[in-house]
Amino acid sequence: MAKKSLSKKLIASPYLVWAGIFIIVPLVIVVYYSFFDANGNFTLEYVSEMGKYKDVMLNSIWLGFIATVISLVLAYPLAYIMARSTANVQRTMMMLVMLPMWMNLLIRTYSMMILMQDTGIINSFLERIGLDSVHMINTQGAVVLGMVYNYIPYMILPLYSIMAKMDHNLIEAAEDLGANKVTVFKNIILPLSLPGIASGFTMVFVPSVSTFYISKKLGGNTFSLIGDVIEMQFKSANNYNLGASLSLVLMVLIIICMMVMNRFTGEDDDGGVLI
Amino acid sequence: MKKLLFITLSVTVLLSLCAFGAGAYENEDWYSGLEGTTINVFNWGEYISDTYEDGMIDVNAEFEKLTGIKVNYVTYESNEDMYPKIKNGGASYDIVIPSDYMIQRMIAEDMLLGIDTGKLPNYHYISEEYKNMYYDPDNAFSVPYNVGMVGLIYNTKMVEEKPDSWTALWDERYAGKILMIDNPRDAFAIPQKVLGYSLNSTDEKELSDVAQMLIEQKPLLQGYVMDEIYNKMESGEAALVPYYVGDFVCMKDVNPDLDFVYPKEGVNIFVDAVCIPKCAQNYEGAIKYINFLLDPEIGVNNALYIGYATPNTGVMEHPDYAEMKDNEYLYPSEENMPDVEYFRNLPQETLDMFSSLWNEIKIHGTDNTHIYLGFAAVGAVALFFIIKKAVTKKKREYWYNFPEVK
Repeated sequence: MAKKSLSKKLIASPYLVWAGIFIIVPLVIVVYYSFFDANGNFTLEYVSEMGKYKDVMLNSIWLGFIATVISLVLAYPLAYIMARSTANVQRTMMMLVMLPMWMNLLIRTYSMMILMQDTGIINSFLERIGLDSVHMINTQGAVVLGMVYNYIPYMILPLYSIMAKMDHNLIEAAEDLGANKVTVFKNIILPLSLPGIASGFTMVFVPSVSTFYISKKLGGNTFSLIGDVIEMQFKSANNYNLGASLSLVLMVLIIICMMVMNRFTGEDDDGGVLI
Repeated sequence: MKKLLFITLSVTVLLSLCAFGAGAYENEDWYSGLEGTTINVFNWGEYISDTYEDGMIDVNAEFEKLTGIKVNYVTYESNEDMYPKIKNGGASYDIVIPSDYMIQRMIAEDMLLGIDTGKLPNYHYISEEYKNMYYDPDNAFSVPYNVGMVGLIYNTKMVEEKPDSWTALWDERYAGKILMIDNPRDAFAIPQKVLGYSLNSTDEKELSDVAQMLIEQKPLLQGYVMDEIYNKMESGEAALVPYYVGDFVCMKDVNPDLDFVYPKEGVNIFVDAVCIPKCAQNYEGAIKYINFLLDPEIGVNNALYIGYATPNTGVMEHPDYAEMKDNEYLYPSEENMPDVEYFRNLPQETLDMFSSLWNEIKIHGTDNTHIYLGFAAVGAVALFFIIKKAVTKKKREYWYNFPEVK
């Protein structure tokens, strides 16, 4: 690789400074709090407590995973249809995807709580038209729904952008050579969209696993996700050390999950025959 | 349209000037001299009159108008949320309004600045009953703001008979309709009373009994909540919740089906008082703010708006407060007065125990069998694809290297 010129370095420097202050330094602080107690002595006490939180962590990762898979299943066809539409339709659909994101996540989640309550809008409507009301709020399903609703745009956008760039000639060529629709999808579209799946997966999975507000409002706070436990350590329990070690372990677990994920979408692969 | 808006605005301004113009407050001159400075106020949520609707006044806006001091107003949900923010620095607040036991702790940890009550022209309004309290025996650090008790709020349409005991919160008939208060000290207080323990117990065995009771209660709960209690109780979403009396008085205005009872086992009583933390940067402004809160005119607005009992004699005698003064929930008569107990500051080990037990309660009860199965399934699928990929790659390499092709 050619040596970077000075101007290139200069252009990159604002971001490097930013990353240093807001990414590297906080990470160092997290690691410090995980391994050093209030008096600055090295200790493994906090990290060794993690066994207690095993179930909560697994539950968070599991719910996050389910939410991500649901998002993928819903977003993939939508992104494909979007990418194949005319420019006008594309713009409108993009607008519809982006629109909810103009509202704050907290407000969206709070309104979902009001919608889904036993006495909420949906159930009042069901009762009005003579149906039985459905208990939705304070279940794990409600939390997963909240995650999907809040994070699905982050799945649609990368999928859409990769599909819009996809070379249509490849598909035509495959069809000319006699491939049916299933084969085209399996051998051309899916492999080419893998990078989009990978980045969408990351962008939905990571915030879902570490969320705390959604589970608090939609799960009634009776079953905790790991994000709730971490929030509690910083907000009211005043136990920064435990909070930091929980965050650290969570980060490591997420990295492991992402590495497993990348086994399927790894760049070393030359594509085409993956599945 | 713009003109209309302008007229409406000017009329509003004029009206408010007439209503609260010159001479509305005592010693108005005393407040001058700090124009252009700022104070940062850190208060509980829903704990000050902040609107001009329904004949109320916005206390902070009035203070700004009178003194020229800008008020930055920030809220917290519980004493435990407030404490780390003051303790760990990083933020500067001039006014904070903790409860009794938290004031005791903050004094012990040297986190508060002294307040010379002799310099507060309105201090004489504070009732003798609330002076020299255990948490601040010399009245050197705090000025009482509100008094309240914790009781049981219930929806008369959803609860069959009038509850008289905290054990209603463990009643299986109301499963899924019970809410629990979401901070450790208040949540622990309820089983403590049921089991007949002191609210200030430091006994390890007693605390773990209490935690056990809360774990048993968990399957019956709809959720742990704080400020959403308003929404959930007013809409009839939940039937029972232990909460502060003042908030009940506000909720009852919205939903008349709600009622309130002081359970026979006894309840927690608290005094919230105004303090100046060490991180204050506008001490004089804070003193003026405290005195302003004591003004009967302001006090009566606050008392009516937030619905708590007041330690301010000027408010008690105010004509606007005549109706509230007889409120049986806020000021129970002697024969209806429940057994009350104040929280006290606890030693650090006990506080640590509180938070670790609270953690355990919160994370308890996740059934994980299906998750293990799920992960096993995902793992198996993943493994299958990894192997398949490897096999395909090998095959391909074999054909690429096939001698005759080369």
